[in-house]
Amino acid sequence: MRRLHWILGPAFAAVLATMPVASVKAQEKVIQVTAERFKFTPSVIELKLGEPVILELTTLDRKHGFQVSDLNIDETVEPGKVTHIRIVPAKAGTFLFHCTVFCGSGHEDMAGEIVVKP
Amino acid sequence: MNELKGRRDFIKLLGFGGVVFASGLAGCANGLRKSGRQEDDFFFVQLSDTHWGFKGPPNPEAANTLRQAVQAVNALPRQPDFIVFTGDLTHTTDDEAERHKRMREFKLIVADLKTPVQRYMPGEHDASLDQGKAFQEHFGATHYSFDHKGVHFAVIDNVSDPQAAIGDAQIDWLLSDLKPLPPDAPIVVFTHRPLFDLAPQWDWATKDGSKAIDLLQHWKNVTVFYGHIHQEHHFKTGAIAHHAAQSLIFPLPAPLSQPKRAPVPWDPAHPRRGLGFREISVDESRVVFTLKEDSLEGTPAVQPAAAIGTY
Repeated sequence: MRRLHWILGPAFAAVLATMPVASVKAQEKVIQVTAERFKFTPSVIELKLGEPVILELTTLDRKHGFQVSDLNIDETVEPGKVTHIRIVPAKAGTFLFHCTVFCGSGHEDMAGEIVVKP
Repeated sequence: MNELKGRRDFIKLLGFGGVVFASGLAGCANGLRKSGRQEDDFFFVQLSDTHWGFKGPPNPEAANTLRQAVQAVNALPRQPDFIVFTGDLTHTTDDEAERHKRMREFKLIVADLKTPVQRYMPGEHDASLDQGKAFQEHFGATHYSFDHKGVHFAVIDNVSDPQAAIGDAQIDWLLSDLKPLPPDAPIVVFTHRPLFDLAPQWDWATKDGSKAIDLLQHWKNVTVFYGHIHQEHHFKTGAIAHHAAQSLIFPLPAPLSQPKRAPVPWDPAHPRRGLGFREISVDESRVVFTLKEDSLEGTPAVQPAAAIGTY
């Protein structure tokens, strides 16, 4: 099932809700992110303050996790499925993300960062 | 106490209630123990994150580090009542046969410990790829409890689920295990990952750890010993003290002290810096713990093993 997750709130005190992917607004930017052992591509995701984006996550091999604890995002990315995460960056800065499903020797390196620029 | 003088040892009294901290070199163990109380006190040793099978620049001596730890523990002036390994006994591998081989080799090496009573629990490297199947085959249950000289010990598995959850079934077991105990019962919890959110950005947390903490808060004297973060660390959630141990493979940086949780680079001048184990003394009240951090630095090197034996 495709899911869309909304990130709301002034300081990423996220309020999450789910809704069908059909609700993705056509004008919103979509950033494709792939997960595979032991990396995310891209590993650095640059966003602009206040500009909504949709992260479209898929996996190339096995189940992975995608957690941005500072943004209250904690999702899984499963084979054959697409996970959508909507983010409205409300604060500039760098926010670390990593895989939360242990996937082997190198799992600890499977990480990246979201950089929100003013 | 005199045994500590002249070395780089130190003792700290911190705001941890009945806990005394000490650090030092392996071999000067039991320095804090007062003579005449030994029949009432007991102590155990915590070893963690041995990662048997690891190969890489963070520890070029990895094939010997576990043996050095075994030698160092065996050299203690008095042997502990038991030894606990708080997870990541082996380094993970996708190869199932290799996983079993590493576990067999680990068991052979620690069989040289003088202390016969050893307690094990898995880390994610041991258990997350097969949900603990190989671990259980070699070491038994991944969560259990036992009593020792008036202290109740509970082992919590927060790694067999690859998403680092304890799970409701195990929480229910923990509740049923602890329920008969009075509110002031001395309780020690062993686990691999921190139960609290130490640094979720680095995966240093347990997904549903708050459920365990909420449950444990009902008892007044709870102490948690864990591993995973490859360094000594002390923290309190309410009345519960949480103590992380050094590893026996390579140290990791302080939580969120740098962008990535990469291992601290190996220093050939100090090849065993940041590696060590912990002695935990329990006094006659059973609620005051003395923690002594023993470093492998300065311990004698062991000869590289030609082979581990046959199976």
